[in-house]
Amino acid sequence: MSTLVRDALPRHAAPWLFATALATTAPHALHQPPWLTALAGAMLLWAVWLWWKDVRLPGRWLLAIFVAVGCTGILIEFRTLFGRDAGVAMLVMFMTMKLLEVKSRRDAMVVVILGYFLLLTHYLYSQSIPTGLWLLATMWLITASLVRLHSGPTSQPRDTLRHAGVLCLQAIPFMLVLYLLFPRISGPLWGLPLDAHSGRTGLSDSMSPGSIAELVQSADIAFRVRFDGPLPPKQKLYWRGPVMEQFDGTTWNPYKGRGRAPQLTGLSPPVTYETTLEPHGQRWLLALDAPSSVPGDILLTGTLTATNREAINERQRFRLSANLDYRFNTSEDATVLRRNLTLPSGSNPRTRSLASQWQAGNSPEAILGKALTLFASEFTYTLRPPLLGRDGVDDFLFQSKRGFCEHYAAAFVVLMRSAGIPARVIGGYQGGEFNPLDGYLVVRQSDAHAWAEVWLDRLGWVRVDPTAAVSPSRIETGIADALDLGEPLPALVQWRADWVLTLRYRWEAINNAWNQNILGYDPQRQREFLSRLGMPEADWRSLATALGITCSLLVASLLMWTLYQRPQRDPVVRLWHQALRHLARRQVDCAPWETPLVVARRVREQCPELAEAFQPVVDAYLVARYGDNDQALTTLRDAVAQLR
Amino acid sequence: MNLVARLKQQLFRWRSDGTAPLRLGQRRIFIIPSRAGLLYAVALIVMLIGAINYNLALGHALVFLLAGLGIVGMIHTFRNLHGLVVTPGRSNPVFVGERAHFELRLDNDRPTPRLALELAAEEGLPVFAATEGRKGTRSSIPVTATHRGWLALPRVRLSTGYPLGLFTAWAYLQPSMRCLVYPQPIASPLPPALPTPVGGERTGDGGQEDFAGFRDRQPADSPRHVAWKASARHAGEGPLLIKQFAGGAQLQLSLDWQATEPGLSAETRLSILTGWVLAADTADACYGLRLPGYAIEPGSGEAHRQRCLEALALYQP
Repeated sequence: MSTLVRDALPRHAAPWLFATALATTAPHALHQPPWLTALAGAMLLWAVWLWWKDVRLPGRWLLAIFVAVGCTGILIEFRTLFGRDAGVAMLVMFMTMKLLEVKSRRDAMVVVILGYFLLLTHYLYSQSIPTGLWLLATMWLITASLVRLHSGPTSQPRDTLRHAGVLCLQAIPFMLVLYLLFPRISGPLWGLPLDAHSGRTGLSDSMSPGSIAELVQSADIAFRVRFDGPLPPKQKLYWRGPVMEQFDGTTWNPYKGRGRAPQLTGLSPPVTYETTLEPHGQRWLLALDAPSSVPGDILLTGTLTATNREAINERQRFRLSANLDYRFNTSEDATVLRRNLTLPSGSNPRTRSLASQWQAGNSPEAILGKALTLFASEFTYTLRPPLLGRDGVDDFLFQSKRGFCEHYAAAFVVLMRSAGIPARVIGGYQGGEFNPLDGYLVVRQSDAHAWAEVWLDRLGWVRVDPTAAVSPSRIETGIADALDLGEPLPALVQWRADWVLTLRYRWEAINNAWNQNILGYDPQRQREFLSRLGMPEADWRSLATALGITCSLLVASLLMWTLYQRPQRDPVVRLWHQALRHLARRQVDCAPWETPLVVARRVREQCPELAEAFQPVVDAYLVARYGDNDQALTTLRDAVAQLR
Repeated sequence: MNLVARLKQQLFRWRSDGTAPLRLGQRRIFIIPSRAGLLYAVALIVMLIGAINYNLALGHALVFLLAGLGIVGMIHTFRNLHGLVVTPGRSNPVFVGERAHFELRLDNDRPTPRLALELAAEEGLPVFAATEGRKGTRSSIPVTATHRGWLALPRVRLSTGYPLGLFTAWAYLQPSMRCLVYPQPIASPLPPALPTPVGGERTGDGGQEDFAGFRDRQPADSPRHVAWKASARHAGEGPLLIKQFAGGAQLQLSLDWQATEPGLSAETRLSILTGWVLAADTADACYGLRLPGYAIEPGSGEAHRQRCLEALALYQP
């Protein structure tokens, strides 16, 4: 049947648009201000209500007022209409308000395309596997809305979903080819808005009491490492971050100058490894102590901190090598040594007097030993130390005696400096968890650590970890064993049952593979991939050629399927021809154009013994072909089967 | 024929398809992006720039998936027309000013349905059609009849945007189909009945014997039928009056070209005759039609009516 076409939106297409709007805007509720979510939700509900009651949509002036109110709200909230968060907020608002003026199919197309666009904005906040899966499902839904808009009044929801699914599946080969071969451009095309990298966690470049203890409560991954050789022993896995030389009484800060080039002598063969750093918004890398060789664009400062040119705001990979046993700066500048002896005047008097007692007649090594013995004897390792007063180190050493690595490191350095030994605090991570499934060492925020470095004559800078003296298990097995039960550690780090571990290893290995291979497919990886394909020096031109050829092949194969698909014969006719072939074997000659009744008569004349079996075929064929009976096809099939 | 028209004819192969069933092959189907498709492309480019700028790996994947979806959509749109079999059907005669309906049969020998097919004659309203898998559907294309005589089906555009609406695929069809268009009827009083030649209880002047009253004179009325006396009674105030008669039994009428007013145009006279044929048929009269050089013997019934109307439609003055 045919009906007149109208460009007006079919009533039954509207729910698809509502679903599209809901699926694409709802996840943004997680990070947008509540008033915006409420406004968007109200708009959506209003649109649904108007559709339900079949009421006329609001006039243009009313919508204009809403848009103005929404924009003003966003302007007040974000102080701009552009940038990441404000831009997403605008899109969410437009999406829900557009629903209130969808009258024609053209309006509906705008909703659908806006929906696709909103999908992209979710990746600004997360690119994890669950997000990927959720968005694949949403993409299917949006495509189904698009199909529904164009499939006319007779289509059914199930068919619509099926068609959309087929289209999405057929698009996947194109996606794979484009993903691998489309010339990748790295880095931003222009300056990113200020809020592009908000919400990063990680080690900060200064240390005050409590800053690391807070970080340790996060199970987030800081970086992953894959060693070229065997995994070094766990107690040697010190990941060196910022070196803090300046102390104002409460906070430790790095010295801003670059210093002269470090002199490092390796005492054992270097180990090489590849590290994948999660973005932390700082310039320094976390390099295995002591970093010996670094890529060309990384600078090693005088304090042996590997520093990138720019802040690390993307997940990034670096190849580094390290000497686990080393001599570092056996001759050091006097200014540096002086800097590492400085303490704020008048602070921590009891610590100073203790140190000056030790200093009398003792070698630096002996003083070191006294300090470590002190820590080992009476101190407790805990994430919840009591609050300390103005002279924090005094309070810690002589009263509370409970603390965390940052307390030990700080107190130790103050003791050393008071005793005339140059010393400084190193921030970084210690240890990590080896995942046997993919061979990566995973270092989490909960592995954050602080230790000390002292300068000794002839030995240079030597690492001393006072925490190891208090709690050796912290260094040997990890933080979960070093703390008492009930300390505020993330559940992920605390649960260590075998099956939980296995599950977690598997999940993290999958996540890592996802990060390394899918998300980490950058220009460099693309070059590696292409050289494995036999295109070692692929420029954009050869990439475009390869891309063109592959896509053409894909299109051609899809077209072949379209153009050269034999028209399938009606199953009824096919069965009839099968029966005729059977007759031909029995030497009954029938021309293809002969009618069933003529054929039946011919069978009765030429092959009477077959006539009884053949008559039901003729009857069933006539009913199936010309009658209106759903059962006839089955009857015919049975009758044809009876012939043999 | 000007150059553009000739070019178009070359390009789009506008020619008659004959009456045989026509299977749409790839050379007959044209496809271009629709306006929505262009908007989609622009959106994809913006999205790609965004994905590059923010270094979103999944953003790249999404844009590439959508690009693939566009290509797949194009192929499916093409496929929605490809292999469709078009067979011309029939059309019923109409009067000038009415809408003629040309029936086309669309057959789908593929197991999957073909949805959202739009058929439109040139400058006509589009109609929507869809076929299920391995089924056929009938579609009647409306064309407004503006002239009496044969109305050929103008070139038909069969188009579709299914499934995504990002591309429009179309094919031009020109099956040789025609529809007979009768003249537009003008309602006017029937001419006086003839003396009934058959005998029986009714004698004399048949329908003219039962005087039924007066009515206003229409331009189609012959001056011979004007009731001068009655008209004179209120001369100058109203139009001329005509005597009306109602026959009790079957009327015998001769619908004669000569009976219409000679001053009128040929088309109007044909319209008056058409109106008479319809009125006579409604009155169940026995009527004959006389045109210059052509005559149909009196008769009645549906076939007779059609014969008379056809003669009027095709009459060349």
